Amino acid sequence: MSFLPDHALDHLRQVTETPDFSNTRYRIEAELGRGGMGIVYQAWDSQLERAVALKVMDAGYAINQEGKLLAQLEHPGLAPVYDAGSLADGRVYYAMRLIQGRSLDEFLRDEPSLTARLRIFQKICDAVAFAHHRGVIHCDLKPQNIMVGDFGEVFVVDWGVARTLESGPLPSAGTPHYMAPEQSGHGGPPLDVRTDVFALGRILQDLMPPAPPRPLEAIAQKATEPDAAGRFADVARLAADVNLFLAGLPVTAYRDTPLERLVRFCRQNQVLLLLVGSYLAVKLLLFFLAPH
Amino acid sequence: MNKPLVGVIAGAILGIVDGATAWFTPAVRFEMESILMGSCVKGMVVGILCGLIARKVHSTTVGLVAGAAFGLLFAYLVAAMPQPDGQHYYLQIMLPGFVLGALTGFLTQRMGVAPA
Repeated sequence: MSFLPDHALDHLRQVTETPDFSNTRYRIEAELGRGGMGIVYQAWDSQLERAVALKVMDAGYAINQEGKLLAQLEHPGLAPVYDAGSLADGRVYYAMRLIQGRSLDEFLRDEPSLTARLRIFQKICDAVAFAHHRGVIHCDLKPQNIMVGDFGEVFVVDWGVARTLESGPLPSAGTPHYMAPEQSGHGGPPLDVRTDVFALGRILQDLMPPAPPRPLEAIAQKATEPDAAGRFADVARLAADVNLFLAGLPVTAYRDTPLERLVRFCRQNQVLLLLVGSYLAVKLLLFFLAPH
Repeated sequence: MNKPLVGVIAGAILGIVDGATAWFTPAVRFEMESILMGSCVKGMVVGILCGLIARKVHSTTVGLVAGAAFGLLFAYLVAAMPQPDGQHYYLQIMLPGFVLGALTGFLTQRMGVAPA
């Protein structure tokens, strides 16, 4: 009796695992990543002659729910689904746009400015709010599932555990740090858009500098309230508060102190205050220079 | 509210306030009414000109520069007018006029609605 060497076993494992696309229009080029529900490959679409991303679901996922959900969502922040089908071994796959970019956590390594980070956050909110409007909640929002392109375009990816608002309770799924409390408990409150608000709040915390401005910290804190009733009612309200922060206006999640209000007013009306101050200075100067 | 109207109102209010400060100069206190009237009209003229510019050009810098220029010009015209005591208060009129003109120009840029 002879044993196979390790490298031969690895090769066999790889050959068995690699999906057989020989009867389709796609040719696998590279593996892009692995998730809890499948593997994503970079592939070449020989019919349309373009690179695509192919997600091959793990065995047992008879219905390609993610592909169906994504196909209903057409938005600049969501990768469009081009095609779907089944392999000879029964596994299902779908082809979607190949996104050129980095994940949000990689993007943050370049230490972009807070404004640039918050602009990215607003785009994430736009895409998620759109999905909510269509009745879909992501349930697994995290920096690794946000892709940022070279020109600031943002894509929310990996809708593997996404649910429609009508689909009822979800089995425990997601990434613990970004999961809302109601996602992990049994018999807890039903999931709704505030489940994604929680994850967005966690992402906002990741985007913040070590000593964040107090209003921004308050926004993230409100978004990540353990009790869903205490969070922003929807993503649009969360995004609106971030917008207010970016515009230098008071946010709903934080009550300014009188001193902060004064400082904000002075910052927003610098030219006006300078002109009024100049006028008063001129008048005072003329008053003291005048012969009495 | 359209921008020329904003300019007229802002110019009138600032003009009256500026004119009222003449009360602190006892030598001219006896002619307060005419000073207030002249200052108000001057402010309104500067305001309407700034408002007309603000309708065409949306720029705080342009508003400030144009307002200051108009304020200086009209303040000069007022200061050049012969006074009852025979003196000309160029500095006392032109310097505040310059700043108030800039303020009026700024306000017309920030407030009011320009036609689409």
